[in-house]
Amino acid sequence: MKILYFALFRERLGRGEEDVTPPPWVVTIRDLIAWLRSRDEAADLVFEKENLIRAAIDARLAKLDAPIAGAATIALLPPMTGG
Amino acid sequence: MLVRVQTDAFDPGAESNAFIAAHTGAGAVVTFTGLVRSAPDAPVESLTLECYPELAINEITRLATDAVTRFALRDASVIHRYGTLSATEPIVQVMTAAPHRAAAFAGAEFLMDYLKTDAPFWKQEVTPSGTHWVEHNAADDKSKARWETK
Repeated sequence: MKILYFALFRERLGRGEEDVTPPPWVVTIRDLIAWLRSRDEAADLVFEKENLIRAAIDARLAKLDAPIAGAATIALLPPMTGG
Repeated sequence: MLVRVQTDAFDPGAESNAFIAAHTGAGAVVTFTGLVRSAPDAPVESLTLECYPELAINEITRLATDAVTRFALRDASVIHRYGTLSATEPIVQVMTAAPHRAAAFAGAEFLMDYLKTDAPFWKQEVTPSGTHWVEHNAADDKSKARWETK
């Protein structure tokens, strides 16, 4: 699956997207974040505060406990500042 | 219902006139235009908005549909820019049409409150003291929350 990073996350990780194959225990977006943090020091810091993470599955906003099975694209987003 | 997410500039007056012309039977039309803020004590040279366009279109369309249903609007339209904008340029325009003013005002306010927290845009300001990401404003969460209890 593809993961997209935006704004501060993209900048701090030094990449806007990556293709990943998470292990079977990764069921929800929250699990995915835990797995990303475990494999990458930069990601561990960037995703330290869960209340500052928004997420989308296939271009629809999703809660962190949403299951990711069947998803093609997961986006991890800092809190929005538009409008 | 028109939802546009674009890098091109738009003309707020022309958009407003076109919306009014399309809803002559509505009775009330409210237009809100958000501009790049720059004050003498906090000058901003430019503002760059990062965007996830596919998600923005989906979420704004969902919000506009909710607003139409919730306030019995005749219609709601949203235009939101991204990319690099200069001080005072329009960023966003929300337009609502309804039989009476109360619904048109409430619908526009509801849309702006939700756009602030649910539309995937991120502002980066260039000021004389450097470039920085605009921090999420907790007051925006409160503004949104007031619609959730009604």
